[in-house]
Amino acid sequence: MDNEMLEVKQPTYYEEVIRKGYNRRDFMKFASMMAAFIGLEKSSIGQVAKAMETKSRIPIIWLHFQECTCCSESFIRSSHPMVADILLDMVSLDYTETLMAASGFQAEQSLKNTMTKYKGEYILCVEGSVPLAADGVYCMIGGKTSISILEEAAAGAKAIIAWGSCASNGCVQSAKPNPTQATPIHKIITGKPIIKVPGCPPIGEVMAGVIVHLLTFGTIPELDRVGRPKAFYSKRVHDSCYRRPYFDAGLFVETFDDENAKKGYCLYKVGCKGPSTYNACGVMKWNGGTSYPIQSGHGCIGCSEENYWDNGRIYERGSSFAGFGIEADADTIGKVALGVTGVAVAGHAIATNIGKKNSIHNLETEGKISEHELPS
Amino acid sequence: METKYLRLPRLRRVYVWELPVRFYHWLNAAVIIALIATGFYINNPFALMSQKEATQVFTMGWVRYVHFAAAYLFFFNFLFRIYWGFVGNKYANWKQFIPTSKRFFKEMWTVFKIDILMLKKDGKEQHHLSIGHNAMAGFIYFLTFIAFAVQCFTGFGLYADMGGWWLPKLFAWVPSVFGGDMLTRQIHHWTMWFFILFAVIHVYLVFYHDYVEGRGEISSMGGGWKFIEEDVFEEKKHHTPNPRKKH
Repeated sequence: MDNEMLEVKQPTYYEEVIRKGYNRRDFMKFASMMAAFIGLEKSSIGQVAKAMETKSRIPIIWLHFQECTCCSESFIRSSHPMVADILLDMVSLDYTETLMAASGFQAEQSLKNTMTKYKGEYILCVEGSVPLAADGVYCMIGGKTSISILEEAAAGAKAIIAWGSCASNGCVQSAKPNPTQATPIHKIITGKPIIKVPGCPPIGEVMAGVIVHLLTFGTIPELDRVGRPKAFYSKRVHDSCYRRPYFDAGLFVETFDDENAKKGYCLYKVGCKGPSTYNACGVMKWNGGTSYPIQSGHGCIGCSEENYWDNGRIYERGSSFAGFGIEADADTIGKVALGVTGVAVAGHAIATNIGKKNSIHNLETEGKISEHELPS
Repeated sequence: METKYLRLPRLRRVYVWELPVRFYHWLNAAVIIALIATGFYINNPFALMSQKEATQVFTMGWVRYVHFAAAYLFFFNFLFRIYWGFVGNKYANWKQFIPTSKRFFKEMWTVFKIDILMLKKDGKEQHHLSIGHNAMAGFIYFLTFIAFAVQCFTGFGLYADMGGWWLPKLFAWVPSVFGGDMLTRQIHHWTMWFFILFAVIHVYLVFYHDYVEGRGEISSMGGGWKFIEEDVFEEKKHHTPNPRKKH
C-alpha cells in the first residue's frame, strides 16, 4: 500500500503554495526574495519562479544526530512564512525525526521507502555530528548507530547538506576533549558533494536559499574552499558590520557597561569574532531581519567557524595557549619568555666578563698599546 | 703596559656584507619594528578618548594601512634576500644557513660550547672564529627565514579576502588549512614573539662578538667589512664550514 501512495505524482511547489491559500503575488514575492538571497540577478527571478511552478518537490531525508535542533528551529523561523510552509512541510517530510507525522516502525519504513524509491535523487540533510568513539554507541536511533544510518543514507544520496556547525565542523560536542569523538560529516562521507551550511544555527534564509538553489538549477551552489556556499559565506561579519566605522576609527567598547557601549562603538575589544567569521549575519540578520548579535550589543562569537569553542575565549580577542593553563594567553607567554631571555642575556654578559676575562683584557691592552704608541 | 704574552695581530679587512645585504638588513629591521608595533595595536588597540565622530577619525585604519604596507615591503625584501642567497657573495650564500655537511653541525657545536656555555679556556678560542656568520648564527637565521615564511603565509592568508590584487589572493587557501581565520590569526600572533625574542638575542650577540673579538662586528652591517686576524684569515683560506666546489 505504501508503494502505491508513493506512485502518486508529487505536486509542484507552486501547486502546493496555491493549495495553502497564498496568491500568485505572494508567490512572486517569495521567488524574488529567494533569488536575491542566493545572489541571482533580477532577470533570474523568473527562473526561480518557473522552477517552483514546474518541478516537483525534491525528495529529502533529514537526519538528526548529535545536535540541539536549533538548525530546524531556525529554518522554520525563516522570515517568509512560505519557507516553512512549502520548503519544510513539502520538502522534508519524507523523513525527519522532528517534524514527520510517522513514528516508530512506520517512520523507519518511510525512510527505507524514500531511500529505495529515490535512489540517487534524494538530498540528504544532516543536522548534527556523528560520534565515532566506542563504535558509535553515543548516538543511536531505532537500534542503529548514527554512523551506520549516515553511511546507509549517504550511499544513495544525490548530494548532502551538512546543516549547522555540528555537521559542518563538529561544534561544541567536538570541543576538547571530545569524549564521544564527535565528527563532522565531510570527515566520514567521501565521494559525494557536500554543502556545508555552518552556524549555530545557520540563518533560516540561508538554509532556504540553499534548497531553492538546488531546486532552481538542479546543481549545488558555488562553494568556497571549505565547502560553504559562496553566496552566504564569502564575507566576514566584520566586513558587513554597521559598526565597522568605529573599528576603523579606533573607537571601542572597553566594558559592556561603559559610555562607549551606549554610543554603539565597535565590540572588538570585548571579544567580537566578526573579523574572523565568515557569515551573512550583518546583511541578512536574524528573525526576519530584526537584529543580530552585534546589533544587540554583544560581539560575534564566531559560531560558524570551525572549532570556535577551542579557538579563544568569547569575551577576549586573545586565546589561551595550549599546554600553559587556561589563563595563559600568547602575550603572557611571550612576556615571560622575554623576561627569561633578558635574564639569560644579562647572565651571559656577566659570565662573559668573568670567563673571557683574559681575552677581553688582551684586546683592551692591545688597543691601549696602539694608543700609547701614537704621539699625543 | 704588560706585553708579555701579547701578540699584536695584523688585521685583514674583508668585505663581508655587500650593499644589498646591508640594505636588506636595515629595511628588514625597520619594517619588522613597524609590523610588531602596529601588530600589537591591531591585536589590542588602546582606549582612544575622542569626542569626534567616527567619520573624522581613522586611527585603526591608518595603523592597519601601515601594517599592510610594511608587510608588502617585508615580503618583497624577503624574496630579494632569497634571490641574493644564490647570486650574492659566499657570506650571503644559502649554504651559510642550511646545514649541508657534517662540518656545519660540528661548528655549531663548537660555537655552542665556546660562545654560549663558555667551556673552552682563553687562548684556544680563535680557531672557531668565522668570517661571515658562524654556523650557529647561520642556522638561527635559517629558523628566522622559516618564521618569515610563516608570517607571510598566515598574514597574506588573512589579508587575501580584503585585497583586490592577485598576489595576496595566492595565499587565500592558507586559513582553510588551519580551519579558518581564528587559528591562522593566532599562529600569526604567536610567531611574532619569535621575532621579538630573536631581536633581543641578536642585538646582544652582536655586542658580545664585538666586545670579545674586537673585529668590528657592530659596524660590519654599516660599512660591510670585518677585520680578520691574519692567521685566522690564512686558516680560513683552506676550510669553510660549507666548502664550495669552486675556488
